Amino acid sequence: MIQFADLYKAFDGKPVLAGVTLDVQDGETMVIIGYSGTGKSVALKHVVGLLQPDAGDVIVDGRPVAALDRAGLYGLRREIGFVFQFAALFDSMSVADNVALGLRRRGLSEDEIEERIREALALVDLTGTEQRMPAELSGGMRKRVGIARAIALRPRYLLYDEPTTGLDPVTSAVMDQLMVRTREHLGVTGIVVTHDMRSAYTVGDRIAMLYEGRIRQVGAVAEIQQTGDPVVRQFIEGRPA
Amino acid sequence: MILQIGRRTVAAVTAVGRFGHFVSDLGRALPDVATWGGLTVVQMRRVGVDSLPVALFIAAFTGVVLALQASYTFTGTVPLYFVGTLVGKTMMLELGPVLAGLALAGRVGASMAAELGTMKVTEQVDALETLAYDPQSFLVIPRVLAGTLMFPVIVALAILVGIATGWLASLILLDLSTQEFVKGLKLFYRFKDTWFGLFKSATFGCTITLVGCMVGLGTRGGAEGVGRSTTQAVVYSAVLLLVLDAFWALVLLR
Repeated sequence: MIQFADLYKAFDGKPVLAGVTLDVQDGETMVIIGYSGTGKSVALKHVVGLLQPDAGDVIVDGRPVAALDRAGLYGLRREIGFVFQFAALFDSMSVADNVALGLRRRGLSEDEIEERIREALALVDLTGTEQRMPAELSGGMRKRVGIARAIALRPRYLLYDEPTTGLDPVTSAVMDQLMVRTREHLGVTGIVVTHDMRSAYTVGDRIAMLYEGRIRQVGAVAEIQQTGDPVVRQFIEGRPA
Repeated sequence: MILQIGRRTVAAVTAVGRFGHFVSDLGRALPDVATWGGLTVVQMRRVGVDSLPVALFIAAFTGVVLALQASYTFTGTVPLYFVGTLVGKTMMLELGPVLAGLALAGRVGASMAAELGTMKVTEQVDALETLAYDPQSFLVIPRVLAGTLMFPVIVALAILVGIATGWLASLILLDLSTQEFVKGLKLFYRFKDTWFGLFKSATFGCTITLVGCMVGLGTRGGAEGVGRSTTQAVVYSAVLLLVLDAFWALVLLR
């Protein structure tokens, strides 16, 4: 279980998160929606300790992330896969090496690493791309390699930062299917940060809206679709103010 | 005015604090040999291959110019075999390490700052962290070690090339014999000349790579930020290199 416990974060004196409180239950996929620049990615990065909160904390299975020492933090990160907005693939490494990097850190044998790479790339429909370099891939393929790199670790939690941003509608739909398939296949708990409502409805069990640094509303997909909250309504319908 | 002084003081203290923090992080990552061991060899090859042509090119011309300027200065007053002395001493003690160091600050330091800066702004550094790698072990230690170990090798070769071209210039342009040149070369030679130059170049290598990595990993703000970091890395490295040069002369040559 992942708990955002009254999380505060400001950059250069400007508050971004102002008391985010949210529980993500085991096995569910929580989608965090919100306007651009409202701190969705910032909240997500606190889960793996890439950012330190000004106050509050994120608690993963009872472990307060900000209070963990380095060894504890790396231990936690071994249980979490993170899919970055622009994939964040290592330019100088092939697809296979990108996927293998995290596995090598876990001390797996080369045979097992090869098997995991094959399995992960098959799950994202990229079999046969092992030796290609990131520069030779399209945006959608890069994102799928990013997912393969995360799922190859067989994590308990998968965090997606804007997985469909910058993709055409068809590729976005493929990414959505992929996230659903990954959850079904691996049974992981997921957090997806997005402002793509079609994606949110497809992949989410519950949706939370981040607004002005706090969670404005959280509920099942149907609840959010029928919300009476004018701010949430305006966002999900994409109406200008 | 006072506000400006205050701001600059705070900025300077912050920079020193950041440097201290960076170095202490580096110390903490040192036991992770499994990560940085293999990568250091790769970086050593890169630093060596990338740097050697430019360092040797500079040294070759410096040797020739030194021989000609020595001859011009000594004419009529000092025996010409002192050309060998001046070429040897100057290449070993000063121009070999410093000119190669300045050239490599532009070549190696800038390249590291740009590479790490790009990795930073494209979240590759964050990705490393989420894969449970310490960026200090994965990115910084291999580069700093490679710089520290390879710079003396590069500078040693540069010194040899500089002396060789100085000797050739003396032979061809100054009518100096090989025996005379070698006599001058040996005249005031002390073993300290060699180790001083090589030790100094090791500290230059360490500084240039450390600055390149630190500035690169501190990059913010996309392509513009990467450009800014690259320039900063070269400027800071060059300034620190000259300060270090004076420092070692003060400490080791007095």
